[in-house]
Amino acid sequence: MSTLTNGAKMLLECLAREGVDCFFGYPGGVTLPLYDAIYDHHIRHVLTRHEENACFAAEGYARATGKVGVCCATSGPGATNLVTGLVDAMMDSIPIVAITGQVTSKLIGSDAFQEADTFGITRSCTKHNYLVKKLEDLAQVIHEAFYIASSGRPGPVLVDIPKDVFQAQGHYTPVTSIHLPGYKVFTEGHTGQIRRAAQVMWEAERPFIYAGGGIIAANASAELRELAEVLDAPVVTTLMGLGAMPSNHPNFVSMPGMHGSYAANMGLTHCDVLIALGVRFDDRVTGRLAAFAPHAKVIHVDIDPAEIGKNRAADIPIVGDVKRVLGRMNQTLTDFSGTARPAGLAVARRSWWSQIRAWKEEHPLAPVTSDTEIKPQHLMMEIDRLSGGEAIVCSDVGQHQMWAAQLIRFNNPRLWINSGGLGAMGFGVPSAIGAQFARPDKLVFALAGDGGFQMSIPELSTIASNGLPIKIVVMNNGHLGMVRQWQELFYNNRLSSVELDCFPDAEKLAGAYGFKGRTIDKPWELASALEEAVREPGPYLLNVKVTPFENVYPMVPAGGAINEMVLGPPQPVLAPK
Amino acid sequence: MLQIISLLVENKPGALMRITGLLSARGYNIESLTVARTLDPELSRMSIAVDVDSTLRQQVIKQMNKLVNVLQAVDLTESPAVRREMVLVRVRTTQGTRTAVLKEAEIFSARVVDSSTEGFALEATGDPEKLDEFIDVMRSYGEIEITRSGVVAVSLEGKKLKLQPPVLTEQRA
Repeated sequence: MSTLTNGAKMLLECLAREGVDCFFGYPGGVTLPLYDAIYDHHIRHVLTRHEENACFAAEGYARATGKVGVCCATSGPGATNLVTGLVDAMMDSIPIVAITGQVTSKLIGSDAFQEADTFGITRSCTKHNYLVKKLEDLAQVIHEAFYIASSGRPGPVLVDIPKDVFQAQGHYTPVTSIHLPGYKVFTEGHTGQIRRAAQVMWEAERPFIYAGGGIIAANASAELRELAEVLDAPVVTTLMGLGAMPSNHPNFVSMPGMHGSYAANMGLTHCDVLIALGVRFDDRVTGRLAAFAPHAKVIHVDIDPAEIGKNRAADIPIVGDVKRVLGRMNQTLTDFSGTARPAGLAVARRSWWSQIRAWKEEHPLAPVTSDTEIKPQHLMMEIDRLSGGEAIVCSDVGQHQMWAAQLIRFNNPRLWINSGGLGAMGFGVPSAIGAQFARPDKLVFALAGDGGFQMSIPELSTIASNGLPIKIVVMNNGHLGMVRQWQELFYNNRLSSVELDCFPDAEKLAGAYGFKGRTIDKPWELASALEEAVREPGPYLLNVKVTPFENVYPMVPAGGAINEMVLGPPQPVLAPK
Repeated sequence: MLQIISLLVENKPGALMRITGLLSARGYNIESLTVARTLDPELSRMSIAVDVDSTLRQQVIKQMNKLVNVLQAVDLTESPAVRREMVLVRVRTTQGTRTAVLKEAEIFSARVVDSSTEGFALEATGDPEKLDEFIDVMRSYGEIEITRSGVVAVSLEGKKLKLQPPVLTEQRA
């Protein structure tokens, strides 16, 4: 017979059984019983300085490990502050379990102090959510939440727990099975479809692999690499998929899309078979849909049936876990290896590869440097040099994110961590906190613009108090750079509310929290300043003042086709004599 | 044309909200919605008539099938199905119109469920278009008040219901 316990302790018992070693949160009135139980529990609770950042930190943890990230907030304002993080996890398919306190059951619906309809508010920003009405349901619900968050297409699950449920006394009975009759998880993939897809890609003249975050979620990098090699096909990985294919792999092209490379976008436009793996044909990748991969037969593998045909019709749809599907696909392709291919195919393949190489050489993602000022691209090249493809880079949202995605290389998955679908500013620094807790062995960069960084300043306290050796690099262009870029290009350069003057002195700011900081603006200082930051055993804030008016190129204007890229700034027109 | 969706859902708090939320988030207006228990008290059957662009119907069904509380969502818009609705009509009558109203009711197989000197309360069932006509006819006799149930539908095809078996805790790791 188990010992008598209360809801709060039972929750922690469930978390421990789910393998949780740390979670991120912020206490409040109705979670007092929970925090009392945390006081002497072995699971580590990390106090962030805002609930939104607790959710972002949990995401950083989940993205860096593949495990479920856990965050916790009190009722009312605590719960509403989680919303941005939940939507972010939903958009990027990140497994999160969020625990929120709720007012005592009998007060629900009475506009009690710090009451909010968390269950209703978070309905649309979670994969599933629960309101636990009685203690007897608690353990079952928590285990279901972890199962739903981590299986199928991962996502956030929220569990709202009233204060009296935390306090109620009862016995913990281990949960042995989970029964969700309506929760469908498709994993295997249709054998006939896999064979048909393999046949089509084998006979393709211009095959092209378009891989995304699904590869990382499914831990299918090895299978992706094998497919690329067996097929000898070029690979692009989306913003969410960076690291799924090692950047130095000969088959790797780069990132496609709005700020993708010329070669990646031209490859997508001219391929005859598009192999889409764990991707959702996001508008930032496809540009104008009607002009996207117009000549291609589409093979689309995804675990979520609702993604198939959502934006682009698939000629060969395969619903399943991309790791298992690719495993079988590679086997089928290996079996084909001995068979003869249609005449002329080898020639066509060779000319496809030389075409792709030509595109790469024509418009490479070339580093831009200057003798007088630090170019943002220069900063990314230096981070890349120090990382050597091995560091974790947690990026915020905006221009720096795009330059980082273009120029920093990743040898492995789960190193590039960013808010892809939602584009939530203020993500970089708190997600780095989660990533550093998850991977204490890793060098972690928090890369932010001067806008996003200022949304995250409270978390400097979390970093300092936990002694996290995060290297915060602010790409400071004095503006909300991406918005400014659009105002320049599409709104007659009428710069409206995008200038960020009055940035704090980095040395004093970091010093106020007890760690080192520095501001640099000379290109010759860059390499040594970054090296110094990395050498520092503790946290470091490096404020890098870069060219204020640099734009991200290539760029596909909104609504444009991805092969209609603007490759660089307009050249000055010579006045007629 | 309205999309007719039939859903089998778990009878749990929030299930209805998830389904209607999915539609309202996409800006679709629900024309009618009915929900009631099935033979299994833990499950409810829901019939929804909703204005969805024909190219997006399949996406809506797929999104509904993703909901944890939804056991099955099927599109009955163009598949063999019976669609019926009920309407309650209060019609005011004068001494002179009472017989005519009753005659009309009989044509539509409507039943008189209440009768007073003021008039009648009538109950009619049928496919929604038939009820439109009935309502039009009754209106020609004067002021009426109506309550429609919304369409309920049953598929005439045997759709296999695939339920997920329980997952044992140790299988998950």
